[in-house]
Amino acid sequence: MTPETPIISVRNLHKWYSGVHALKGVSLDVMPGQALGLVGDNGAGKSTLINILSGLHRQDEGEILVEGKATDIRNPKDSMRLGIETIYQYNSMVPIMSISRNMFIGREPLKWAIGGFGLLDEQKMRTESVTAIANVDLHLRSPDALVGELSGGQRQGVAIARAMHFKSKVMILDEPTNHLSVKETAKVIGFVQGLKAQGVTSIFISHNMQHVFACCDRVVAMALGKVVLDKPIGETSIDEVHMVL
Amino acid sequence: MRRMLKLSLQKPEMAASLLLLLLVVFFQIRSDLVFLSYDNMRGMLGYLPEVGLVAVGVTLLMICGEFDLSVGSVFALMPMVMAVTMLGGWGFWPATGFGLLTCALVGFLNGWITIKFAIPSFITTLGMLFMARSITVVISGGFPPRLNMAEIPEHLFISYVGPGDLFRASFLWFVAISILVSLLLAKTNFGNWVRATGGYLPAAEALGIPANKVKIACFMICSVLAGLAGLFQVLRLGSPLPSIGEGLELQAVAAAVIGGTALAGGIGSIIGGIIGAVLIRVIDNGMVMSQVDSNWFKFAVGALTILAVVGNSWLRKRGRAMKVEVEK
Repeated sequence: MTPETPIISVRNLHKWYSGVHALKGVSLDVMPGQALGLVGDNGAGKSTLINILSGLHRQDEGEILVEGKATDIRNPKDSMRLGIETIYQYNSMVPIMSISRNMFIGREPLKWAIGGFGLLDEQKMRTESVTAIANVDLHLRSPDALVGELSGGQRQGVAIARAMHFKSKVMILDEPTNHLSVKETAKVIGFVQGLKAQGVTSIFISHNMQHVFACCDRVVAMALGKVVLDKPIGETSIDEVHMVL
Repeated sequence: MRRMLKLSLQKPEMAASLLLLLLVVFFQIRSDLVFLSYDNMRGMLGYLPEVGLVAVGVTLLMICGEFDLSVGSVFALMPMVMAVTMLGGWGFWPATGFGLLTCALVGFLNGWITIKFAIPSFITTLGMLFMARSITVVISGGFPPRLNMAEIPEHLFISYVGPGDLFRASFLWFVAISILVSLLLAKTNFGNWVRATGGYLPAAEALGIPANKVKIACFMICSVLAGLAGLFQVLRLGSPLPSIGEGLELQAVAAAVIGGTALAGGIGSIIGGIIGAVLIRVIDNGMVMSQVDSNWFKFAVGALTILAVVGNSWLRKRGRAMKVEVEK
């Protein structure tokens, strides 16, 4: 793969939701290692685009290329297999389960298995989640603590640790800073900057321009189902992005 | 030490375990030490596997976030199917296999209809409660068929086997199945998916868990266990009455809830459901033994259900609030 091949490339994506034309021919190239900020008002089509990339919905028209190869993302598992990990604002963790359980939901290490079902390797789950969490510079009491007891920022941290652990190539963060305190927001922005240092491509979705400009190197603005602006951060300003929205 | 206390306070079955301990002591004293006597224990342990197995299945399904009101009817349907096919000339084992297969099919339908049409399982299984009961009566021909006990390997199911004949073979089945289901829930990846599905469905789906299949599997396990429990009862009584198991569904739900299972799913444990079932048995039997008017039984179970849930949430809150280590 040459550095010029986009890691994700979407071509002319269309999506209708019961008569509403949510995506009207979106094309976008995401380059490896890039931190892309995706901004836009509610209903602009950001979530639709993300849901298609993460396998929750399928496009009605258009194609998706991952590392230059045309692919068909039919479900979340397909998306994860391609190295795309999506961290939703609320949907990435089960609050009543422990951190180590959450780290491995759907991808549990097994001591032995028959036909895909088997005995969990709980020791491995614990030690690996401790390492993974420490790797994103997050310090938590115990891998057995319930996710529901963590703060919003800590949850985002665990979700990012999980994505890193599974060697994701692209991390999609859906409004990761919503409803967080100032201090926690800074922490999450720190996580995103850390991704870049480790060569992970990220797509950062936010309402908040300050947050996007703080940690991204390219900004894409969407409005009414279309891309209306696509510029490197250095060549645009918060005012300009506000103008087109 | 403090950490241990915190973890045990947060265990879902904690309140029920404490209540059980208290009640056993209470009834033992009230009944002039008859309650824990050999003969009384023997009677209780004979009946426990039947309600216990139903509670195990219902608890698993509730942790998965769904609900089954049809277990009482399936409890009667399975042995009736077996008895009728045996009358038709089938041997005991094929007839039993066919009966359990019928239960699996009922469970599958419960799950499939619930998911396919996105309706609450409360409704699906309420409908199934009536339908399965009706089928039971119809195939019985209005008159309970006789079981040819000579064909039935009693020693495998209902003969007394325990030390000093304390319990029946069905009790061993119950223990073995309970351990298996507990391990399934707590130690396997399938169990992890069950908890995730019941705990927070959107996250489970976003993480690629086949939540619908997991739910259908739990519906099927629940129905099969209810059917097996019905078989035990019918073999014990010697006749497949079409009316057995009426009201059992609510007792099973009460057992699960008393044992700490959350109605919304995710939280709970199999051992909790079993403790809940034991508690209900203890109240039923203990009241008789201590000569309380047995019409108070349902009142006691109802009060206990509410008390256990209130107690549980209080204990869990206390447990969560306990600080054990300082966060860095």
